[in-house]
Amino acid sequence: MTVTESSPKGGLVVSDLGVDLTGKDIDVVDDIDLVLKPGEVVGLVGESGSGKTTVGTSLLNYSRAGAFISSGKVLLEGRDVLGMEWQEVRKIRGEEIAYVPQDPASALNPAIRIGKQIVELLQLRNIGTSESRLQGARDGLAEVGLPSDDEFLSRYAHQLSGGQVQRVALAMAFLPKPKVLVLDEPTTGLDVTTQAMVLETMAELCRTHGVSALYVTHDLAVVANIADRVAVMYAGQIVELGPRDAMFRNPAHPYTRALLDSIPHLSQARALTGIPGRTPAPGARPSGCRFHDRCAFVVDACKESVPELRPVAAEHDVRCIRAEEIGTWDISRGTVPDADPDRPREVILSVDHLNVFYGSKQVVYDVSFDLAKAEVVALVGESGSGKTTISRSVGGLHKDWTGTITFDGDELSKSARQRDAVNRKRLQYIFQNPYLSLNPRLTIEQIVKRPMELFGIAKGKEATDRVVDLLDQVALGPRMLKYQASRLSGGERQRVAIARALAAEPDVLICDEITSALDVSVQGSIVALLEGLRQQRGISMLFVTHNLALVRSIAARVEILQAGKVVEAGSVVTVMETPREEYTRNLLSKSPRID
Amino acid sequence: MTDAATLLSDPLEEVAPPRGQHGAAAWVVWLARRVGLALLTLWLVSILVFLATAALGDPVRAILGRDYNANPGRVAELEAVLNSDASLVSRYFDWLGGLLQGDLGTSLASGQPVSELISSSVVNSAVLVFLAAVLMIPLSFAIAMISVHYRRRRPDTVIQTILLAMAGLPEFVIGVLLLALFSTTVFHIFPAVTITSPTGHPWDNWKVMVLPTLTLVLWVSPYVSRIVRASLLEVIDSEYVELARLKGIPENVVMRKHALLNAIVPGIQVIALQLAFLAGGVVVVETLFAYPGIGLQLVDAVRNHDVQVVQALSMIIASVYVVVNLIADILSILLTPRARTAISS
Repeated sequence: MTVTESSPKGGLVVSDLGVDLTGKDIDVVDDIDLVLKPGEVVGLVGESGSGKTTVGTSLLNYSRAGAFISSGKVLLEGRDVLGMEWQEVRKIRGEEIAYVPQDPASALNPAIRIGKQIVELLQLRNIGTSESRLQGARDGLAEVGLPSDDEFLSRYAHQLSGGQVQRVALAMAFLPKPKVLVLDEPTTGLDVTTQAMVLETMAELCRTHGVSALYVTHDLAVVANIADRVAVMYAGQIVELGPRDAMFRNPAHPYTRALLDSIPHLSQARALTGIPGRTPAPGARPSGCRFHDRCAFVVDACKESVPELRPVAAEHDVRCIRAEEIGTWDISRGTVPDADPDRPREVILSVDHLNVFYGSKQVVYDVSFDLAKAEVVALVGESGSGKTTISRSVGGLHKDWTGTITFDGDELSKSARQRDAVNRKRLQYIFQNPYLSLNPRLTIEQIVKRPMELFGIAKGKEATDRVVDLLDQVALGPRMLKYQASRLSGGERQRVAIARALAAEPDVLICDEITSALDVSVQGSIVALLEGLRQQRGISMLFVTHNLALVRSIAARVEILQAGKVVEAGSVVTVMETPREEYTRNLLSKSPRID
Repeated sequence: MTDAATLLSDPLEEVAPPRGQHGAAAWVVWLARRVGLALLTLWLVSILVFLATAALGDPVRAILGRDYNANPGRVAELEAVLNSDASLVSRYFDWLGGLLQGDLGTSLASGQPVSELISSSVVNSAVLVFLAAVLMIPLSFAIAMISVHYRRRRPDTVIQTILLAMAGLPEFVIGVLLLALFSTTVFHIFPAVTITSPTGHPWDNWKVMVLPTLTLVLWVSPYVSRIVRASLLEVIDSEYVELARLKGIPENVVMRKHALLNAIVPGIQVIALQLAFLAGGVVVVETLFAYPGIGLQLVDAVRNHDVQVVQALSMIIASVYVVVNLIADILSILLTPRARTAISS
């Protein structure tokens, strides 16, 4: 036995970690056992409220205000980080365990130049000389593919783009040569091409420096591309843990399977499904198996005691007593035929030669497309491609445009104010962020009733009945009527926003990135809901998104946008199977995929 | 690294925001605009001051009182000095022209040049306000940082309650309490009134300065401290402070460099407002302690209908307001990189 085997360089062992809310006997996360081998990337996946970020920062002996680490050990080369004096912990942070934040645009100090921020830690610890530190910063920036000249070092965070800022954060974390890296959703909010670049950089750095990494994310598709092993968290516990391939080929926990069922594939359309109910918050988690109230395979025994995390295969652990009884699983289950490209189309909305301006700056150039009845057309592009601008112009929310937009034979006026009530009623807009688009002072009933009163569709008792009916259609119960939006989860809010749009009895819905702020399982149920509406009511949709896999499952036609121009358009099958343009091919190849 | 090279050459790589070479020119233009606006403000103030003092009534009648009817010669003499025959507009421009040349006019009541009359009280007040500011700024920041350190625990609650109570007290109440405590009733450490020799300054005897300065400090610090605490709390909760802690930066450096640097701008703005406020607000404190500053003199001048002195002092107080706020704005911009770079690009 060699020395390196008995005391491995790097790596981290987490055992029985628990984090509780201060002053209450409520756990945020509980019973976390996790091993990071040297040079290994472990993906920690979970939806909002699962406690994944809490676990991530606990590895640095840090918990946010209002919570504290109540139990467990984090062993770094045999030393327990959680049992150390705080001076020692501070020394470990940065130098041996480094952290890469979720949103570096707000995590880099706005008042300190990036060059200074990168070397700050080394300077405080008196490591190296000022020349060697500066050289280290330059090398680090070059390593992540950024300029390393003085001009770049003297910039502030706000003078960098999103991808640049994220790579600065990576360079900063790597500079003190840490042994372990904790990355907290470092690519959320980045475009797919930028994301691919950051992920590549991170993987390369981990390989060359032999760093083990915990990659915290909500995105299973990203994990499928970079992780060696995957841990899935639900309601504060790890429910499944295993090698990446085993996790995607033979997921053993019903929650993992449900999560995978809700993720769209690039290669084939799927009937996406959500998970019924919502993720319980700390303190409201059920006893027994924490997933039992949402699980399709629940039996009475599940409610009795918390299942142990137990092996089902080599290195593959699951926290479910019925793992062997729930049958096999196939990644391509739920696939459906793609939308038929030859379906006869009856055009309801057509956009011709649309040019959009912000002041003197043109942002959309000569865009033409149309939308047929009961059809979904996706506008796809990266940030700055003009997709939202186009949808806002169609919706009459932005009026500085030229060209014609024809809606069922009528030429539409530029702004919604100038359009007549009938056209306004028939064309409804759903916004990206349901946390901002619902009036916090009104009850759900008032919110959904409003369009009916506005367009004279119904009022009083009749309107209330219709609200109940609409809420039922978007899978919300009548008890929501008197709630205010603040009591609802993100998915529930977005359902209310959809119900509000439906209340006007529209023919066309403009959906502006409506699932990008939501968890994947919630996205799955929203997509299922929209597909139902399209089929039953014959509603057409203009679906704005940056997610190509989602397009495959929801849309019939797609317009690929780049810098305000349509670069490729056609039926989803044609564009995604046989893309003609380099740009489209690039987008497709950079999109993370699990299929 | 070969990978880095391929990553860089990615056609979709975002380009850096353009960096203007006209930084200096842009700064000059920006500064010129701000100074221009400040001058415009002062000009408007001068109109208001002139109209307000003109509306006080006939100064000659007020100064001569009962002599007005008995002594037509003296009336004519004073009216000649005042140039009362001329229209309001032409008198305004005469006055403004004098101001621009540094001539504050001649006091009607004493016949002396206004600049001679007020110069010592302007200096006395400036020293008082300066002392108060020098003590108040570090004190307020220290209190705010202590409060933040104990956020929402007992020491913080106690400090905030005391500050709120003090912020609610008018300055003369603070002054009277201090007088009772240190000068008249309890202890007899500091003098209650300022006694100055005609040629000397109040600060020749340091004890004289203590109570007026302390009153001003106690009056203004609570506001500043509360604002700084609030903005510090906001910054402490930010992700960059969290990252600094996770990076292993010692807590005192986190507070000093990462937090304070970003919380200082609201502090500067409120300090500027308070300083400007002090310039006008010393009136009560100076009266209370008989401190020979502009406040005391302004009260006297108004009582004596000494129009020229009132005008000059009002313009000085207004200038302090405008200049202090201009400096605060410039400092805020300089300390906010986002705003600073927005100007130079």
